[in-house]
Amino acid sequence: MFRDIGQLAILAWRTLRSLPLIFRHYRKLIDQLFEIGNASLLMSCILAVFIGGVLALQTGPVMVEQGLNSVVGAVVGLSVCKELAPVMIAVLIAGRIGSAMAAEIGSMAVYQEIDALRTMNINPIHYLVLPRVLAVCIALPCLVVFADLIGWVGGALVCMSNPKIGIPWQAYFNDLSKVVDTLDVLNGLIKSLLFAAIIGLVGCHQGLATIGGPRGIGRSVTKSVVNAIVLILITDYFITRLLLTLDL
Amino acid sequence: MNESCTVESGRVCVEVSGLRKSFGTSEILKGIDFGIRCGEIFVIMGPSGSGKSVLLKHLIGLERPTAGSVRIDGHEIDSPELLSKYRIAMVFQSGALLSSLSVGENVGLYLREHRIHPPAEINRIVREKLAIVGLAGSEEKMPTELSGGMKKRVAIARALVMDPQLILYDEPTSELDPLISVTIGQEIVKMRERTHATSIVVTHDRDLGFGIADRIALISGGRILTLGTPDEVRACDNPEVRTFLNASYQPPEEADRT
Ligand SMILES: Nc1ncnc2c1ncn2[C@@H]1O[C@H](COP(=O)(O)OP(=O)(O)OP(=O)(O)O)[C@@H](O)[C@H]1O
Ligand SMILES: [Mg+2]
Repeated sequence: MFRDIGQLAILAWRTLRSLPLIFRHYRKLIDQLFEIGNASLLMSCILAVFIGGVLALQTGPVMVEQGLNSVVGAVVGLSVCKELAPVMIAVLIAGRIGSAMAAEIGSMAVYQEIDALRTMNINPIHYLVLPRVLAVCIALPCLVVFADLIGWVGGALVCMSNPKIGIPWQAYFNDLSKVVDTLDVLNGLIKSLLFAAIIGLVGCHQGLATIGGPRGIGRSVTKSVVNAIVLILITDYFITRLLLTLDL
Repeated sequence: MNESCTVESGRVCVEVSGLRKSFGTSEILKGIDFGIRCGEIFVIMGPSGSGKSVLLKHLIGLERPTAGSVRIDGHEIDSPELLSKYRIAMVFQSGALLSSLSVGENVGLYLREHRIHPPAEINRIVREKLAIVGLAGSEEKMPTELSGGMKKRVAIARALVMDPQLILYDEPTSELDPLISVTIGQEIVKMRERTHATSIVVTHDRDLGFGIADRIALISGGRILTLGTPDEVRACDNPEVRTFLNASYQPPEEADRT
């Protein structure tokens, strides 16, 4: 585990250093972006509706009973954009994209394709890791923006339709917009950027470290998902603390 | 044959000394020493599992030796700038084509990534090299649509495209029919004439080995049994060498088992 983190840090540093080369590899970046968007946009939206919905369902009846009708929109709005959308979408992408990266790069490692790249003096970090990591870093915040909006709508729909809550659409969004401002959304986006880097780096690192045939690929895929989710949740706590102290 | 390593553009010599490699507790290479002269075609033969592929990977720096050293033109193989200084190509035993790229993209990969030529020129070179290995017109195919032998030929084309100074072939003809094997053998010789490239060929194919080699090394059990010109190796009376050479005349299944 500690060795993994060390290697991850090295990979992160090398990827960062190769960032200026992205213009050479922008076609690969576009391909990766397309793949991620294609694979996950619909899924993220469905996930977001239900996140917003269940939040409203959990908080709404209690608050309405206490006469705090105007708080529901604020609570749902804030929780979705500051915490739940970034984390849940990151977990979804870790399972959907991080695993695919580990599998693809892992099979390249097992079938000597990475060795072949090396013999052609093509750096696998520039050729494989950089476009993938950058693509998730761009795509994940975009998906989170969608998820925020749709999550809020999900909350509104439940508030409207659930007889125990019964807050109209207009009132819900009024309450929401009084409390939630751009900084709150930005806060979530900063988090998701960090999570994206974790997903991409962990997926690529596990892929590159794959040894031992098809079973090794399976192991890498599992490890990439588990490690990414664990790291995301741990990082989430600390970045939240940091952002709180920075008063963002 | 070239007696000494005169400095001439495109020529690279290889020096292996005291090379040992262990995986875990099993020692695969037990002290290998040889020198390969510039522009030479050096053939390595030996029984399956004797460590030929492992040796070849050391020659291009994909494996780190446990002890000993590999020098290309006097430079340690693991010095980072070596691969940018010399063009060294390897044809992997399995082909190792990038499965996400088409045949044409695979062959042109080196030129495209290093921006050596404009795209139109790259396409022309790719077509030309594919024609050499008898695969004209299959640029658009994906590696999964190819047979084992076709993959191997694409891998050879991919190596030829690099216009290498040193080229390593791991069993270039093991999956090919006799006709195309001869073509590949001729191409290895032609390539040397054209570019003075140094070639190292690992093979089980006795005809190919003795047909194209300037010198042959026979490896078994992680050691060199004998090293010399084809005639010297044929005349060698080491019993192990004799059994190996005679065994490779045996029924075809024996020779095909790679
Ligand atoms: N990465 C590795 N880890 C452990 N053992 C290995 C590894 N690579 C090769 N070996 C072992 O090294 C020995 C030599 O393998 P190598 O692939 O060099 O054989 P070879 O001479 O090329 O055989 P063939 O003619 O069948 O290709 C084998 O016994 C193999 O089990
Ligand atoms: Mg081999």
